[in-house]
Amino acid sequence: MIFFPVATARTSADPGLCAGRSRAGSGGWALIRGIVASLALLYLGLPPAAAEEDVETLRIVYFTQEVERPSVIYGLDEPPQDEGLQGGRLAIADNNTTGQFTNQKFEFFEVVVPVDGDMVAAFRELVGQGYRHVITNLPTDKLLKLADLPEAQGVLIYNAGASDDTLRNADCRPNVLHILPSRAMLADALAQYLIWKKWRKWFLVVGRRDEDRLFAAAVRRAAGRFGGKIVAEKVWDYGPDARRTAQAEMPVFTQGIDYDVLIVADEIGEFGEYLIYRTWEPRLVAGTQGLVPTMWHRTHEQWGGWQLQRRFHKLVGRWMTPLDHAVWAAVRVIGEAATRAQSTAFDKVAAYLRGPEFALAAFKGVALSFRPWNGQLRQPVLLAAPRTLVSVSPQRGFLHQYTELDTLGYDRPESGCELD
Amino acid sequence: MLAALVAFLVAFAIAPLPTAEAITIYVSNEKDNTISIIDGDTLEVVETVPVGRRPRGIGFSADNRQLYICASDDDTVQVLDLETLTVVGEIPSGPDPEVFVLHPDGRILYIANEDDNLVTVVDIEERTVLAEIPVGVEPEGLAISPDGRWLVNTSETTNMAHFIDTETMEIVSNVLVDARPRYAQFNHDGRYLWVSSEVGGTVSVIDAATREIVKVIGFSIPGISREGIQPVGVRLTSDGRWAFVALGPANRVAVIDARTYEVEDYLLVGQRVWQLAFSPDESLLFTTNGRSNDVSVIDVGRLKVTKSITVGRFPWGVAVRP
Repeated sequence: MIFFPVATARTSADPGLCAGRSRAGSGGWALIRGIVASLALLYLGLPPAAAEEDVETLRIVYFTQEVERPSVIYGLDEPPQDEGLQGGRLAIADNNTTGQFTNQKFEFFEVVVPVDGDMVAAFRELVGQGYRHVITNLPTDKLLKLADLPEAQGVLIYNAGASDDTLRNADCRPNVLHILPSRAMLADALAQYLIWKKWRKWFLVVGRRDEDRLFAAAVRRAAGRFGGKIVAEKVWDYGPDARRTAQAEMPVFTQGIDYDVLIVADEIGEFGEYLIYRTWEPRLVAGTQGLVPTMWHRTHEQWGGWQLQRRFHKLVGRWMTPLDHAVWAAVRVIGEAATRAQSTAFDKVAAYLRGPEFALAAFKGVALSFRPWNGQLRQPVLLAAPRTLVSVSPQRGFLHQYTELDTLGYDRPESGCELD
Repeated sequence: MLAALVAFLVAFAIAPLPTAEAITIYVSNEKDNTISIIDGDTLEVVETVPVGRRPRGIGFSADNRQLYICASDDDTVQVLDLETLTVVGEIPSGPDPEVFVLHPDGRILYIANEDDNLVTVVDIEERTVLAEIPVGVEPEGLAISPDGRWLVNTSETTNMAHFIDTETMEIVSNVLVDARPRYAQFNHDGRYLWVSSEVGGTVSVIDAATREIVKVIGFSIPGISREGIQPVGVRLTSDGRWAFVALGPANRVAVIDARTYEVEDYLLVGQRVWQLAFSPDESLLFTTNGRSNDVSVIDVGRLKVTKSITVGRFPWGVAVRP
């Protein structure tokens, strides 16, 4: 019943992988199809028991569950089957290069639960074997289900797949850290740029799915925080695949509204692309399509980013996606904390990475650290078009008494979560 | 014979002192694929020489007749003849060379290969690779002790200064410093090593004998956020008096009393100040300013910025020839 396709840290490239894909917007939790088949080839049996007292070894799990993926408009950009995993593999190699000098060893286990598999049982099994650092690529409901298990109380979960703001507020958990930016962080990053451009009047177009409504809520919140004005809001509920009708429908849909920028909330990419070049007025599109806020983008090359892009491409044969980057960052967070704490002991690593000294260099120009009140990794957010990096937020001039990174997302005074 | 000696000394005394008149400043322009040549007398660009792709770290041969240039995107170190201003050769460097340091004997070049976690050791005359030393992730800064005994490499992602014995070519100690160490520099007598941490925003001073950090220097500039201060290039005067630290996007060079480690001043220069180089008499300090495409000239005696010289796009490395 429990499926455990598990591989130890692998550093070899698989040249047969499909081309890179940059996921727009947020969320980023990949709906992986066929990954089980792929990983079955790597199946090496159950992971070795982690209970043995090897203080020099730190074991990290990447945990995800396969899901049925809704169809999107074009089948052009299938998410790579190994999306996420490969970011972890690169980071494990980096951790181990450093580990040579600190007598620390890092191991990476990859667990993919099939669609109908028993996720909870798989998780319990892992924890029972002593695994305590678990990077998840799971949606909010499944993440909370795991985090609330009695067995999970001595575990740290690194959320690399769920961008819901509720996880950073009412549904925060002391044993969960959030590596990827929340929707509020993404929307704030976009809003700061639009305000800096003086494009203040926004036309919000929202898709028909729950996550689209959450993204739209984040945009509304950002408008209120930074002085944007939502002059109109419409729901796109015309169903998928409007390829033949878009030229007729989109101009009419956007007619009669005076706005600077159309902000679209369409996380799975059902219709957002159709808006571009088809609005009634000649206007820009941003949000989940067009100009998108994202954790990572293949065109990012500043601050040594090109080095990471090159190393990833050399290893994997495609470009790093936001999910790859989130898993990379999670593994590096753990590695950096172990290096600095000079220990692989769970308590020491967990204490260090949440402490005030923690600083991860992650190719974004400034050090990343965790917000103590909700466990969110504070980070700059990239603003990218398909083939160009447009800007990086926070924008200059959005000030903060402690760190400008906290102008993105839920800051301490407004947080619905008080872990510290 | 005494008369001859006196005559010699007199002749020497009245000969022009090696002043700024004779010096020439070379600047690598990362995005233009050129070297700008600045006349030390007029402080104006007199020539722009096309070189390999993405030139970054530069430095002279022991006889000052050639300029070695890391052409990062061409995976080589080029040799520019300074008489003819033509590229006359290449030194095998390994992939993506960013910076190098020359052994005091002038024969051995140590090159950091960012992508491969290696420091490549090259015999310049033989044009052969003597060794590849595995180091931490993304090696960058390189420094060599004045006596040539110790090579130090900083690795940007591992966040260490690796002390390498130049005889055995093996790492003997690793000193953990703040995030993303970019540059390393020994002081004049080799007792201390200064390492800048770009993302950490600090400079660590390490006792070269004990390999312990004796001081972590922080920076604070009114109106500039903590994250906006990113130390990169470091230069120390040979009298042990001053240290200068380029602070990247803070657009300032910090002036540090090298005896007390106190920051005495912040000199406003061009945007994203990156690397630094003294004139041979240390009366002038030149800075490359990547984003404003210029070089600032600092009068070391007065601690004032006196001039800015427009060069190519994204000036990166700077070297001053006597």
